[in-house]
Amino acid sequence: MNRLVLNQEGGAGDRAPLDETRAASRFGLIVRRFGQRRLAVAGLAVLVGLFALAFVGPLLSRWSYTSHDFDAFLQGPSATHWFGTTQGGADVFAQTMRGMQKSLIIGLLVALLSTTLAAVVGAFAGYLGGWVDRVLMWFVDLLLVIPSFLILAIMSPAFRGKTWLLFVILLAAFIWMVTARIVRGMTISLREREYVLAARYMGVSTPRIIFRHILPNISSLLIIDATINVSIAIISETGLSYFGFGVQSPEVSLGTLIAAGTNDAVTYPWLFMFAAGLLVLIVLSVNVVGDGLRDAIDPTSKHS
Amino acid sequence: MTSTAVGSAALEVGDLRVTFAAGDAEVQAVRGVSYRLARGQVLGIVGESGSGKSASALAAMGLLPPSATVEGSIKLDGTELVGLDDRELSSLRGSAIAMVFQDPLSALTPVYTIGDQVSEALLVHNDMSKDQAAARTVELLEAVGIPEAAKRAKAFPHEFSGGMRQRVMIAMAMANDPDVIVADEPTTALDVTIQAQVLEALRNAREATGAAIVLVTHDLSVVAGFADVIAVMYAGRIVETGTVDEVFYAPRMPYTIGLLGAIPRIDAGARRPLVPIDGSPPSLVDMPPGCPFAPRCPLALEICRQVEPELLAVTGSSHRAACHRSDDVAEQHLTPERIFEVASIPPAAAAAVPRSERPVVLELDDMVRHYPLYKGAVFKRRVGTVHAVDGIGLDIREGETLGLVGESGCGKTTTLLQILELAAADRGRVVVLGRDTAELDSDARRALRRDISVVFQDPLASLDPRMPVSDIIAEPLRTHGRSKEQIARRVRELLPLVGLDPEHASRYPQQFSGGQRQRIAIARALALQPRLLLLDEPVSALDVSIQAGIVNLLDELRARLGLSYLFVAHDLSVVRQIADRIAVMYLGRIAEIGEVQDVYAAPAHPYTQALLSAIPVPDPRKERRRRRIVLQGDMPSPANPPSGCRFRTRCQKFAVLDDERRRACLDSDPALVEVSEDHAAACHYAEKVPVV
Repeated sequence: MNRLVLNQEGGAGDRAPLDETRAASRFGLIVRRFGQRRLAVAGLAVLVGLFALAFVGPLLSRWSYTSHDFDAFLQGPSATHWFGTTQGGADVFAQTMRGMQKSLIIGLLVALLSTTLAAVVGAFAGYLGGWVDRVLMWFVDLLLVIPSFLILAIMSPAFRGKTWLLFVILLAAFIWMVTARIVRGMTISLREREYVLAARYMGVSTPRIIFRHILPNISSLLIIDATINVSIAIISETGLSYFGFGVQSPEVSLGTLIAAGTNDAVTYPWLFMFAAGLLVLIVLSVNVVGDGLRDAIDPTSKHS
Repeated sequence: MTSTAVGSAALEVGDLRVTFAAGDAEVQAVRGVSYRLARGQVLGIVGESGSGKSASALAAMGLLPPSATVEGSIKLDGTELVGLDDRELSSLRGSAIAMVFQDPLSALTPVYTIGDQVSEALLVHNDMSKDQAAARTVELLEAVGIPEAAKRAKAFPHEFSGGMRQRVMIAMAMANDPDVIVADEPTTALDVTIQAQVLEALRNAREATGAAIVLVTHDLSVVAGFADVIAVMYAGRIVETGTVDEVFYAPRMPYTIGLLGAIPRIDAGARRPLVPIDGSPPSLVDMPPGCPFAPRCPLALEICRQVEPELLAVTGSSHRAACHRSDDVAEQHLTPERIFEVASIPPAAAAAVPRSERPVVLELDDMVRHYPLYKGAVFKRRVGTVHAVDGIGLDIREGETLGLVGESGCGKTTTLLQILELAAADRGRVVVLGRDTAELDSDARRALRRDISVVFQDPLASLDPRMPVSDIIAEPLRTHGRSKEQIARRVRELLPLVGLDPEHASRYPQQFSGGQRQRIAIARALALQPRLLLLDEPVSALDVSIQAGIVNLLDELRARLGLSYLFVAHDLSVVRQIADRIAVMYLGRIAEIGEVQDVYAAPAHPYTQALLSAIPVPDPRKERRRRRIVLQGDMPSPANPPSGCRFRTRCQKFAVLDDERRRACLDSDPALVEVSEDHAAACHYAEKVPVV
């Protein structure tokens, strides 16, 4: 999985540069070019910071996301409760941190999974053509016409009590299809390019051609797709949780927190303000990192 | 042809400047161009890509994009065009000044018939009825040589071939008896026999309308026979101008001299290396002071780098050159070889061994490649067959170059791709380095790929844009399991071998010029030290001065590394330069095959004769004397080849045969028969005739 993603984004992730002083390999060049984009690096730093905050934050607070302070109901932010408390006396900071852990992992993992799946299925279908293409696209079309919400609703009782990572896989499984079709179309047009022909006549194997030549050349699409999928995943998780699937109480996610807080958003803004603010920050920094990565991979980009 | 009598100027351009705004920078595409053209005169504007030749022509038509600023003066019959608004220009465009574009497919609207589009050109500028316009349209189409004009006028553009469409464009251009016709690379996208037809049509258009013609082209040879006056452009300026005889026989500017030396010629005597001009044209943003050609000019002095030379008269009134050293050039009778450094190419070691004793590296025996044509979406049924390659046989021996030539659609690229597949052909045998490809398993096929590699036509398309050069060159090495150290060493070896700086290994292909990119592609092809190189039109996307460098490089590499080439091309003059043997293809068959000297000196097949006679040579006097064989019509579709001899529908020889002798051409397909030693032609009435 990890190797696959490296390949998809860098193409040469598993190889060291040819000769450090002279010919940097593609992966080395991409890292260097990414490093030159200040905004993207800042975005990456914010993202790493948020991760650290989500996992280290709860250790700093004396409240846990399940504990209740029966001396403070619906209190605004203060020294004891940094982000205030809820109607039941739960600490909003602890809840937000816990929610952010969930949302960050769900969002990034779902985006990664679904984009990778779309890239691999679409590229293989488009490159190989013939019956492979027909079977894969038939499967994609089948998934497209099945109402995903219904399936999730039917299946979730079966998963109750099991790890919520299953939920990540389910979410990813229902958002990759359209991208896979786009990737297939782009692959078909790339398949006849001379550099792909040249690689084929060199004896390069099919999977290598796909990971080294096809996917890097549609990386702009894949990166945009992945960044959009981060927000889609976080938002659909909220929707599903609202209907009782997905993340369930006492577990929280940013989505459930926002959903719970919106009703009183005007009177008790701290209930949802922090969760919403962090969500915006996550999506924003993912987008900035995505843009930077796209420019770094594309040698024709203006800011090179 | 020599109507140089200066009457009133039809077109007078004075100090024309065109500047494009590109972001923050300004691209000075045209920097002070002046010329004067009388009625009936033909001006050839010649230059390489980026020289500003098209921009100066489009400016005259007022067809530049809004980002362009035009300064100076363009006078059409005394009317100033610069500064006119679009509505005023529109009334002149098409009536007083007309245009023939490079790509006739995009210049015609696909949803209207040809007749409607020509009529429209008439109706816009004339007060005539639709019937009158339709009748005039048929006349015009006949004038440009469209057969069955009345019937064909009802056809749509996609039903016309490229050459026919270009003739329609000429018909539209001459519709309103314009004073000036601007033709922007009118034959660049066309095959050489079609080019001859289109130039013929353009010549007729000039005679019929008496218009002055501005012919913009990159091909000096086309200009030699067609134009009266020539202007050579470089970096947005005219660097030399004069009558064709003056410029071709007594060039005074090193750039012109270099260009003339860089052109491979079919009429030259013994083969000599071409003269490449090193470097590439300057960027037109922030031009440094001095002569723009100075960085590439071996004659450049200090003054050349500081002061840009004026275009000054050298001899007579019309011949002018912009060069500080034009007098020295004349005094010392400097030839291309004496100005530019020409690499001497060592003779190939293999050439010492007689051909019959050298091992065969590639052998095709009756190879067939057919593509089925299907109809229907759900239940596909086969409705026909495209006979792309229909039984060809040839062999290449070690150290030898075979040129495979023919017009587009003749099956030459299909042949090359079929060989590269290393798979069984539909029929016949493909034997690469002694191994029959039908009998290879996948391991053996992979191993064989090490010994055979390919260079494609467009280097930008054949290099992955997302990979740095070092990775591109390393790819074949990595694929065939070389170690990291070996790969690094080989990449550093290969770059200088093809004339590139190893420092540039971590750049991307886009950062190189066209010729350099092709060098990268050649380096990649050579990485595994192959024995056979398949070259698919490797120089046809390049400018002539760059092309010369690549042709010399290929020639040198072959000699040094003992390579064998299959050189696929449509340009017979390039093939003459590099190949030892030549095979001429027509509609999936080989029409003629033999040693280059024999075939070029006296081709035996009527098709080869027509091809060779259609190629212009950069020699105005010779061009005027030459009698062209202009082939009729276009190549038939390979899905439906004619009975008997495939060439008979266009054959100039068939046309003059009596009925009895035609029988053979109609009924039986001629086999390749030797006309002399190692020279065979597939014609019932093969006869060696010198045509060049």
